Amino acid sequence: MDVTELTLKSAQTGLEQNRFTSVELTQSYLERIKKYNPKYHAFVTVNPQALVEAKAADQLRAKGKKLPLLGIPLAPKDNFLYSKMRSTAASKLLDNYIPQYDSTVVSKLKAAGAVVIGKTNLDFWGHGSSGEHTDYGIPHNPYAFDRVTGGSSSGSGTAVAADLCLMGTGSDTGGSNRQPGSYCNVVGVKPTYGRVSRYGVIAMASSTDSMGPLTKTVEDAAKFLSVMAGHDLLDATTVKLPVPHYHLNLETERKFTLGLIAEYFEGLDKKYLKVIEAAVKKLEDRGHQVKRLSIPAVKYAYPMYCLTVFAEIASNLSRFDGIRYGYDRDAFGEETKRRIMIGTHSASSGYADKYYNQAMAGRKMLTYQFKQALETVDAFIGPVFPFPPFKIGERETDPLKMYLSDVLTVPANLTGNPAVSVPIEFVNGLPNGLQIICKHFDEQTMFQIAHQVEEDYQMYKLRPKLV
Amino acid sequence: MKLQPTIGLEIHVELKTRSKMFCGCPAEHFAKPANSQTCPVCLGLPGALPVPNRLAIDWAIMIGLALDCQVNLKSTFDRKHYFYPDLAKGFQITQYDDPFSFKGQLKLESGKVIRITRVHLEEDTGKLLHKTIDGHKLTLVDFNRSGVPLVEIVTEPDISSGEEAKEFLKKLRDILRSLGVSDCDMEKGSMRLEPNISWSLSADKLADYKVEIKNLNSFRFAQAGIDYELKRQKALLDKGEMPVQETRGYQPATKATFSQRVKETAADYRYFPEPDIPPIVLTKAYVENLRKQLPQLPEIVVQELVKDFHLSLSTAQLLVKDPLKLAYFIQYNRQIDAQTLANLIVNKKIDLSHPPQLKTTTETVDPKIIDQVLKENKDVVVKYKAGKTSVMGFLVGQVMRQTRGQVDPKLASQELLKRLQGPALKS
Repeated sequence: MDVTELTLKSAQTGLEQNRFTSVELTQSYLERIKKYNPKYHAFVTVNPQALVEAKAADQLRAKGKKLPLLGIPLAPKDNFLYSKMRSTAASKLLDNYIPQYDSTVVSKLKAAGAVVIGKTNLDFWGHGSSGEHTDYGIPHNPYAFDRVTGGSSSGSGTAVAADLCLMGTGSDTGGSNRQPGSYCNVVGVKPTYGRVSRYGVIAMASSTDSMGPLTKTVEDAAKFLSVMAGHDLLDATTVKLPVPHYHLNLETERKFTLGLIAEYFEGLDKKYLKVIEAAVKKLEDRGHQVKRLSIPAVKYAYPMYCLTVFAEIASNLSRFDGIRYGYDRDAFGEETKRRIMIGTHSASSGYADKYYNQAMAGRKMLTYQFKQALETVDAFIGPVFPFPPFKIGERETDPLKMYLSDVLTVPANLTGNPAVSVPIEFVNGLPNGLQIICKHFDEQTMFQIAHQVEEDYQMYKLRPKLV
Repeated sequence: MKLQPTIGLEIHVELKTRSKMFCGCPAEHFAKPANSQTCPVCLGLPGALPVPNRLAIDWAIMIGLALDCQVNLKSTFDRKHYFYPDLAKGFQITQYDDPFSFKGQLKLESGKVIRITRVHLEEDTGKLLHKTIDGHKLTLVDFNRSGVPLVEIVTEPDISSGEEAKEFLKKLRDILRSLGVSDCDMEKGSMRLEPNISWSLSADKLADYKVEIKNLNSFRFAQAGIDYELKRQKALLDKGEMPVQETRGYQPATKATFSQRVKETAADYRYFPEPDIPPIVLTKAYVENLRKQLPQLPEIVVQELVKDFHLSLSTAQLLVKDPLKLAYFIQYNRQIDAQTLANLIVNKKIDLSHPPQLKTTTETVDPKIIDQVLKENKDVVVKYKAGKTSVMGFLVGQVMRQTRGQVDPKLASQELLKRLQGPALKS
């Protein structure tokens, strides 16, 4: 069967109407994985039990069982623990690590009837925004084979764009879901910090890690998030707010006030500016109001991110001390070592006041300015990336240039706000996303606006020509 | 300028909560098979997250309150980074900038005040076992102790002798035991002491060095170790030599300390706020409620015994030191002349497992009294129902008080149990 036209919604309809079974669906994806994964490196590991899981889902359906994701083949990023498969976080340090337990997200997906088809590639430990930092083969962009996919949820972005699975999960610490969303022409969601449990996801930076979906459409993402989200007794930072059925409430007559933050557009490439302005114009045509704002602290978001997040990275990775897990710390890649060194320095006594503490104070300021501004508008609208997907290897020699990729995505991580990248018009023939940032726990408004942008562009109808 | 002995104490106490500090594993680890009480959280496995134990937090605050401390209404946990094979995550979760309580004091018999710097909560580490297996010398790690709640109590350097230190420690232990939060068993390691010793101009003008003694597993050793160390340092200072800043061990056989480790550089623990645990924010009412739950402190009980029953100070102190003896005295002092009873108890001429054979106790407990006690102590009942069975002793005590000790505590306990496990209480 041809799966390239499928979305979560149409796949569910097909399953419900018995037009195909989960086994057939899963089999089709497995065949595509077999054909394309050796070139595209979307998966670190394919689940040898995927068809068994699909069969079990079909049997449940035959018994009349109704579950939100019953029989849907999807793929967790390889830093989400799933006890039936190895979890490498794309680092050879965990090459043969089989976890003892399932992450909360994976156990929710399993309870919702999903089929885990495999575990997707990433920048190891989440350390990157291009997908190039991996010990398991660099993922290639389905829309331009020689270009990067965006990272760190590079494999999930590639797999969804290339129709190697229906949906993928990602962890967004500094832009990791929105960036591959933007570069792979898919929807990438970073929910509010505290909305989705982090339990059982190999931590990158504990204070900003946000688990969310990568999907073809906004509706798919909305439904996927409503399954993933919720309070978890095992994650003290999750909140006890009820989880709406986001996907049932996408249509709205509301007229929004949308904020354009000057700092997000400073020095932006003209071609990008044009495309973003066109998207804003379409929203205005729908009757929404646009307001221009300035959030001065945004300029300093990247250094704040670097100094606080890297300190947490160094801390979280110190458990890999060479005694357990079978590999020594030499097994860390260059980029990981770089971040451990910067993070260690940032929090060291004698330097913490200059770096870590200063950055934490800045972060408070940024959060305050975001909150103030979001009292006057319903959402911020802006670009995801300051430049188009570059050629694989092009920026590898210059880490500073590489870090620039994150400039527009890290603010929402530092402040904890929800954000999404939704596909809009291509730039230079390459995929591009629009970023929408909303108030804490107001994913509903974010999805509503994204849904309208999606209606305007319908980029999900475009399919890449794979090589 | 005269130098004076300057001693500060760091005391670690394991709390006897049922579960560990950040996970559901049992906290009681003594003599359990190695690594039989572990989970992803206390093993520090990838992806695992800590969730703080509320009872441990309550107890840490109660310890602070019992030591006359101020309570921080907003406290944070912090990460303290260092490498050691028994430290599962590569950092210990502890408290740095905002401990649960600070600035307290404990008074010695002489009236001298020992200031308490802070009382904070942290997690214990695993244990290393050095063994020879099949001719190979191996170091094994047992993580049963990893994550057990540990309270650290730090004093200002106000102590001047081994004897004062011993008195302080005994008083502290009595308080902790009366709170029912720790066994304070030095041999099992549930109470650990680390004195810091130097000769200084004053507590505000400390010397340029200090010596820490580790591995002191009794109060007697602490006293002897401190006194030995003071003498050793004084002898050096008298010769015009500066004692080395170091950690020393104590050798009971020789009653002497010996050098273990010289710290040349200060360790850099890279403390920062634990991002996995939101700050703990308390209301004043919450803290006051904890204060209400404090049992009377031993010192005050001693005063009352002397005043109300005309016991001698030493007899009263002996009674208070042993919760069993005190309970027995309170239970039966209305049946026998209080002074006679107290003497019988402290001289061990009476079997505490039976009532004194002079007058029998009642065979039943008036259900109204049980009702009243449960009603007046709803918060305690909630705790009991939440699994904190140790509060039973408190409830029994209340029944004993209401009945003026006329019932057998066993009977009272049975009746309470029946009611607590029975149908829900009417409000």
